[in-house]
Amino acid sequence: MSKPVFVGLDIGASRTKVAVMDADGALIGYAVKKSGTDFGRTASACLDISLKMAGATRSHVERAVATGYGRANVPFVTKTSKTEIGCLARGCSHYFPGALSIIDIGGQDNKIVKLDAAGRRSSFKMNRKCAAGTGAFLEEMAGRLDIPLEEMNDLARQSEEMVKLGSYCTVFSGTEVLESIRHGKKVSDIVKGIFYSVIKRVLEMDSLTDRVVMTGGVVAHNPYLVRMTEELIGREVLLPKLPQLAGAVGAALYARAGEAAAVSQPLLRRVK
Amino acid sequence: MKEEAKPARKKIEATSLMNRIMADYFLDLNQASASGSRKVAWCTSVGPAELLRAMGFAVHFPENHAAMLGATRLATDLIPEANAIGYSPDICSYLTSDLGAYLKGFTPLAKAYPGIAAVPKPDVLVYNTNQCRDVQDWFAWYARELGVPCIGITSPKNVNEVTDAHVDDVTRQLEALVPVLEEITGAPLDLARLKEVVALSRDCTELWKEVLETATAVPAPLTFFDGTIHMGPAVVLRGTPQAVEYYRVLLAELEQRKATREAAVAGEQFRIYWDGMPVWGRLRPHSELFAGLRANVVASTYCSSWIFPSFDAEEPLRSMAKAYLELFIVRSDAYKERYLADMTKKFRIDGIVYHDAKTCPYNSNSRYGMPQRLEAETGLPYLVISGDLNDMRCVSDEQTKTNVEAFIEQLEEGK
Repeated sequence: MSKPVFVGLDIGASRTKVAVMDADGALIGYAVKKSGTDFGRTASACLDISLKMAGATRSHVERAVATGYGRANVPFVTKTSKTEIGCLARGCSHYFPGALSIIDIGGQDNKIVKLDAAGRRSSFKMNRKCAAGTGAFLEEMAGRLDIPLEEMNDLARQSEEMVKLGSYCTVFSGTEVLESIRHGKKVSDIVKGIFYSVIKRVLEMDSLTDRVVMTGGVVAHNPYLVRMTEELIGREVLLPKLPQLAGAVGAALYARAGEAAAVSQPLLRRVK
Repeated sequence: MKEEAKPARKKIEATSLMNRIMADYFLDLNQASASGSRKVAWCTSVGPAELLRAMGFAVHFPENHAAMLGATRLATDLIPEANAIGYSPDICSYLTSDLGAYLKGFTPLAKAYPGIAAVPKPDVLVYNTNQCRDVQDWFAWYARELGVPCIGITSPKNVNEVTDAHVDDVTRQLEALVPVLEEITGAPLDLARLKEVVALSRDCTELWKEVLETATAVPAPLTFFDGTIHMGPAVVLRGTPQAVEYYRVLLAELEQRKATREAAVAGEQFRIYWDGMPVWGRLRPHSELFAGLRANVVASTYCSSWIFPSFDAEEPLRSMAKAYLELFIVRSDAYKERYLADMTKKFRIDGIVYHDAKTCPYNSNSRYGMPQRLEAETGLPYLVISGDLNDMRCVSDEQTKTNVEAFIEQLEEGK
């Protein structure tokens, strides 16, 4: 076997992210796909894409760690898993050593994870069952406005007079959006209001320490939301190069550190 | 790194004895109601059961019934019945599930105990708002529905230190209940009998305290989840010799386990404190979740709420008033924080889990900054989980699992 690789699989409720790392800790391959309804199959597909990018094959995989909601659905790593909170912490600490507050805005949930100076978790908060402030909220609102999700960032950037949404309930916010449409408000102003609502929902979860990192798919695809956050909290927000991959990178780092059993090669070969 | 472990929990042998005395209690209650041989009182769980028992009432506890609805995972189907008649999904889900069960003509007692068809019909409803206002509204509904008197104690709340003025107030209210109850039973209160019942209640709660404190041992021979089941006699049979006898047996078993260092959770690595109500419909999954992570929830506010150190047979009514006022739930946050700090020290706790129960603000202590203050004071990490006691529509299993696993990972990193 040539050089071994280490794999982190973050099976999120919305997207599956896979990171492949070499023995030196360099990210050499990655993939992101919609998780869909067959988490195992999606993980497998992402694995192959990211291995190809890394110039490796399944036989090079020495250890793998799964995380995220579907972490128990990856057949070749079911015996060893880490929570996405742990993996986010590990991934962000890798890029930004020292005390941090991590804001992760995912498809289905948000997290604020705090790390101490040694990179250890000192606390974490997840949103409650409510989807307000998550990617799911943005998807719902994009639907109400009849605009593609990927256009929201540019629209928000064009806003001149933001429409403020008062409710923290997704359903009630939807009604407010409809009301704004009826009153002839510009779509760009409504979208900025939607971004503002997401940020407010997240910031009310916990206080922040000095250095703030943002991660997650919503952050990766909406840089303007990050800028709005910076304005709101009055300081610069740090971003990993691939914000959506932070959890998968953390999982790969755990795998590289030996905190996982070696993957079963026969099983890995069988999994489609 | 967490390996998904098979949960290992130790069964308590005394359970079969508890099941027998609980069955006897429910069958006796049913017999009293069916035959009319004794008057039946419905009572809130922390009192004034002693007074009712001393006056010869057979006593039914709607909260115990509601917990059964929760534990049997039937509550969520029943709650909408109460919602539909105007009782909001946001209020106590004990109340709404119990009303829902009544409206549907259902009781889990019928399935558990052959011969019981329904909850016993009350002759009087007696509440104490030391826990919450909801119990009064709950009993008031039945009073209207069944045409029976509803009386009770309106308790002070958010009490810092329990003063003579507080105790005088509740004592007077207890005294005022007596003539009403005497009229229903047709017999005067026998003070000697009241003293006897209060003495038995005191013995019961002291033994229960000793039972819970066996979990100060490392490893602990008992879990919070065991406690929620084994507190049954302390709730429904307080003031009887059966409860006292039961806790002697249970205590002996746990002391034996303690002596031989037999762990309730095999390989105990983390010791957790649980504040708030249990999630009745998830008792087993939660027990397995923690055990699978080698974490034992060794102590709780909830199970400790049936310890009444102030019961005094020499001053029965006044000591009842004091005991009911000294409860955790009646107290201010300042008192609660001191209490939690002491408990976490005594039980050598690694982290606190606060259950924020959607429909039970009175038992949810994470809403006014207490976890943050207590963490700053004690350095103990905490986790808040969102859920509910009975309404499983408010519970997200995956979120709970991720939160608990991440919390244990955090504790592991900190060790």
